[in-house]
Amino acid sequence: MTRNFATLPLLLLLIVISLPLTVMYGFLILDTFTDAPPGELWPDRFTLEHWRFLFDGGEIGNVWAAAGNSLILAGSMTVIVLTVSTTGAYALSRLNLPFRRFFLAGVLVMHAFPSVTLLIGVFFVLNLTGLYNSMIGVILVKSSLMLPFGIWIMKGFYDAVPWEIEMAGVQDGASRFTVWRRLILPQVKPGLVALSVFSFLDGWGEYLLPRILAPGSDMEVLSVFLNELIAADQLGFNFNLFKSVGVFYTLPVVLLYVIFQHRLMNIFGGGTKG
Amino acid sequence: MRLHLDNFTKRFDGNPVIEGMNFVVEDGEMLALLGPSGCGKSTTLFAIAGIYRADGGRILFGDRDVTNLPSQRRNVGVVFQNYALYPHMSVEENIGFPLTVGRIRRDKAEVARAVREIAELIHIEELLARKPAQLSGGQQQRVALARALVRRPGILLLDEPLANLDARLRLEMRSEIRRIQLETGITAILVTHDQVEAMSMCDRVAIMERGRILQIGPPTELYRAPVNRFVAGFLGNPPIVFLEGRTAGQGSFAMDQGLHLPLPPRLRGLPADRPISLGIRPEHFGTGGTAQATGRVTFVEPQGRETLFDIETAPGVILRSVQPAREDVGVGDIVTWPIDVDNLLAFDAEGTRL
Repeated sequence: MTRNFATLPLLLLLIVISLPLTVMYGFLILDTFTDAPPGELWPDRFTLEHWRFLFDGGEIGNVWAAAGNSLILAGSMTVIVLTVSTTGAYALSRLNLPFRRFFLAGVLVMHAFPSVTLLIGVFFVLNLTGLYNSMIGVILVKSSLMLPFGIWIMKGFYDAVPWEIEMAGVQDGASRFTVWRRLILPQVKPGLVALSVFSFLDGWGEYLLPRILAPGSDMEVLSVFLNELIAADQLGFNFNLFKSVGVFYTLPVVLLYVIFQHRLMNIFGGGTKG
Repeated sequence: MRLHLDNFTKRFDGNPVIEGMNFVVEDGEMLALLGPSGCGKSTTLFAIAGIYRADGGRILFGDRDVTNLPSQRRNVGVVFQNYALYPHMSVEENIGFPLTVGRIRRDKAEVARAVREIAELIHIEELLARKPAQLSGGQQQRVALARALVRRPGILLLDEPLANLDARLRLEMRSEIRRIQLETGITAILVTHDQVEAMSMCDRVAIMERGRILQIGPPTELYRAPVNRFVAGFLGNPPIVFLEGRTAGQGSFAMDQGLHLPLPPRLRGLPADRPISLGIRPEHFGTGGTAQATGRVTFVEPQGRETLFDIETAPGVILRSVQPAREDVGVGDIVTWPIDVDNLLAFDAEGTRL
């Protein structure tokens, strides 16, 4: 590494700027394990009381069930987004489709479209099809909102694979499908990994859609569960409990990020080719 | 396998790129499609491979009409300019890939044996475990060749196979590809814009320009008896020099700049005052012959074994000469060198050879 400027001042500046964030995160973790006297900021005793919700659902309800539901939402959504994006993007990138340009423009417009404005329409559609208030409805809506992004990203990865590889595969006697599965798909694997992590995190963090489209469903996702926690009047505000559940909610995200951080950067490196 | 293109036509968006092309490649023959970029040689190649659909005419492999067959069923091996190796597979998997797809199912041992056999032919046995990224350009080229040949295709197509190699490797692979082609006895078509490749590797050369074949024949024939100016100018390095002038009396040639030369004996009967151009190859000036030209040396380029000279024989008229290396002549010297009149080429106003 070559240095053409002093790194120390820059480092100091970054530390100062990110200090509030670090302090907040620090307290978030700290508060889940401690109790402070009323009105005080600094805790005076260690306790595991706030983590009791993990095995004792009596006080706030079953957090594992909620986590399971979030997992189902995020997982199904990932599967749908991956399946449709890998096949759809290949078609848009390589096949001589009628209306190909129209589809491409459509995908781009949808990508930029603010999804909140669609809520009323989506509500009507779900109501009409009987999917309102069900997890399936939420999964379908969430996946379709994610698809433009997924297709666009995957198309970028496909575009970067040289045509000659495809021609060579066909020339070697393989069908277009075999070429796609055995020759092209392995080349876009970084895109697949990044996209699946992205859509999983997106589904895991989703609050608005389950809240609005399935308010009465018995399949409550973690984000809604967390919200109920402070909305529930009978408990009063137990901030430390709220923070504990919050940390519990964040852990998978942090874990995924730590594992896949290098791969996630790929999406911006490889996916930029329109 | 014999290959026959019968009145082959290809259009892109309605514009004819190749119109009514005919040629035959005999079984076991190697033909070069030679021409500048954009002349349609790669288009022809991809049409034979089945990647492009023909818009007219027929493509015959032996007696079989393959015009409407998809690539997969033509059994043609192709080597691409950038090799198109599959980056995620080892060399062995790359070469074996054609055997693992398609209708005929082969067991692993059979594939491994076929791969080993072809790897020995191409001299890459020791590379089988590597990934394409760990190979040099020449090695990748060999792997691509092995992959194209492993299915024992009827026809081998080579699309600018040497363009991405450095000069030394190019020389080596030139003879390697020819050796493998001769050993396997496969019918092959080489697409190239490099005349040296085409002439040194192939039995016959087809020179193309703007979607048409101008001339097809053995390399020496094309070199000695080009049908027109384009062919004459395309073949030969250093290239031929064209002199624009007119026929004068007694079977001679005269330029406005003042240079006079006799015409070769076979052309002495041409009527006088006809505009023609005379082509003089550099090896036919300065090495022997019946006529002479005098001029000032304007440029000397030593190339080791040979030396190139530019001689200004009249104002603005520069003849080129290539001779065995000599150092006795320098820039500015006045020299009088012989011209081999019998080997001069003459072309009429339309560019057709007379």
